Amino acid sequence: MRRTPAWILWTMPVLSGAVFIALWYGLKAAFGISDWLLPTPLGILAAMGQEMPRLLPAAGTTALGALGGFLVSAALGFLLALPIGVSRVLRAAFYPWLLVAQMTPIIVLTPAVVIWSGGGFDGIIAVTVLISFFPIIATTTQGLLSTDQNLVALFRMANATTWQELWQLRVPSAMPHYLTGLKIAAALAPIGAIFAEYMVGNSAGGTGGLGFLVYRYHTQVKIPAVFATGLTSCLLGFIFVAAVSLLNWAVLHKWHDSFERDDH
Amino acid sequence: MADPAPIVKFSGVTKRYGDGPVVLAPLDLAVGRGDFVTLIGPSGCGKSTVLKLVSGLSPATGGEVRVLGATPRAARDRQAFIFQDATLLPWLTVRRNAELMLRLRGVPAAARAAKAATLLDLVGLGAARDYFPRQLSGGMRMRVSLARALSVAPELLLLDEPFGALDEMTRHRLNEELLALRETAPFTAIFVTHSVAEAVFLSNRILVMSAHPGRVAAEHRVDFPFPRRAGLRGERAFQEKVNEVTAALHRVEAPAA
Repeated sequence: MRRTPAWILWTMPVLSGAVFIALWYGLKAAFGISDWLLPTPLGILAAMGQEMPRLLPAAGTTALGALGGFLVSAALGFLLALPIGVSRVLRAAFYPWLLVAQMTPIIVLTPAVVIWSGGGFDGIIAVTVLISFFPIIATTTQGLLSTDQNLVALFRMANATTWQELWQLRVPSAMPHYLTGLKIAAALAPIGAIFAEYMVGNSAGGTGGLGFLVYRYHTQVKIPAVFATGLTSCLLGFIFVAAVSLLNWAVLHKWHDSFERDDH
Repeated sequence: MADPAPIVKFSGVTKRYGDGPVVLAPLDLAVGRGDFVTLIGPSGCGKSTVLKLVSGLSPATGGEVRVLGATPRAARDRQAFIFQDATLLPWLTVRRNAELMLRLRGVPAAARAAKAATLLDLVGLGAARDYFPRQLSGGMRMRVSLARALSVAPELLLLDEPFGALDEMTRHRLNEELLALRETAPFTAIFVTHSVAEAVFLSNRILVMSAHPGRVAAEHRVDFPFPRRAGLRGERAFQEKVNEVTAALHRVEAPAA
C-alpha cells in the first residue's frame, strides 16, 4: 500500500466538513426551511453559547453517569467474557441469552429499570450498562477464542496449568479485542446515559443531565438549543472515545502490529 | 547406536485423526541417546505427526509410544518443542520470552533471569533482550525460540521445520549454531525438514518417509564426525550424501505422483 501524505489525511475531514455545511445552507435556501425547523450551524453555536450555563453542569452530570456505566460495563464485560471464552459448555449456556438481552430494544427495558431503581443515578448507570456491555463481551470472547493454537500447544508442552494458560496467554492475547470493545462501549455510554436521563426526566434530583435538557428544550420548542445539546453530547462522546484510544495506545503500542512503525 | 534404553521408542504405532485416512501405518522406531534423527518425506507422510506423538500433543491410535522410559505426557518436562513458527508471545520482550518456560515451571525470578541472559548471549541476542518480537527478523525470532527451548535443559528436542521460512543464508547459519549449541548442552533431537542438505548437515540418521499411509521407507546414516563446520557443505562426500538421499526421496515420491 502506498503511503498517503499526512497533509491530505489532515485536510480531508476539514474539506468534507465544509462540503457538509455548504450543503446544509444550500438545502435550507433551496427549500426555504425555516430556522426553527432546521437551525443554521451558526445558530446552533449561538444557542450553545447562550445555554452554556445550563449545558455545562448538565454535561457534567451526564459524563458522571456515562463514566459510571462505562466502568461497570468494562468490568462486567471482561468478567463475563472469561468463563464464556474459556468453556464451551458455559458459552452454550449463556451466549444465546446475552444475544437475546442485546436484541431486546433498550426502550422496552428502560422504564422498568428506571422504576426498579427509583429513578436515581443507579437507574442511569443500569441503562448505560445495558446499552454498552455487549460489545465488550462479544469482542473479548472472540479474542479469548482466537488465541494462536501454536501458542496453546506451546503452553500444553510446558505443562502449564489452566490458570497459567488463561492469565499468561489467553487474556493478553484477547487484550486488543477487549480494547476494541471498550472503544465501542465508550461511544455508546454517553448515548445510554442521555437516553436514561431523557426517560427519567428531572426525578434524579440533580441538574438532570443532557438527556433531561433535550427533553425540556423539546417541550419548549427551542430547536437550536436541542441541536446545541446534541453537539455537546457529540463532544462528550468524543472525549470518551479519545480517552479509550489513549488507553489502547498505552497498552498496545510497544508490541502490537496495529502500531507498526518503521524504526527497526 | 545400540543404546539399551532408547530415548524414544515406537512399537507398532498407528495414527489416524478421527475417521480420516490412516496417517501412520504401524511404525517401529528407536531413537538412541545423542542421536540427531531427521524425518524427511513428501507432505502427508506423517513426519510432523511423529513429533506430535512424541510430545504427547496428540495420542497414538494404536501401538505404544515410550519417551525417556515414560509415557509422552509424563516425559514432557524433559523435552522441548520448536515449532515451524517462532511462537513468541508478542507482548513480552525477548528476555521475558526466553524466560517463559522457566516461569511456567515456577523457577524463581533471579534464577530464570540469569539462565535466560546466558542463553540469549549464546544465541547472539544479548543486546536485543529488551526488544519486542515484532522488532526482530525471522532469524532472530527463531533464535529466541531456540534459547527458550534450551532454557529447560531438555534431554530431547523436537523441531518441526523450524528454519523452513528463513532465507538460505540464515538457515545455514542457524544450522551451524544449532550444532554448536549441542556441543555445549548435549540433547537428542528429532528434526523435521523438507531440505535434504539441511538433513545431511545436521543429522547422523535420516529417515526417508513415504506417504499414504506414512511409514519409514529408508534409513540413511550420515557419518561425518561432529562438531561439523560450515565448510562441510563444500566437500564432495557431503554432496554425494545429498544426492543419495535425494534419490531415495524421489523413489518414494514417484509412485504418488
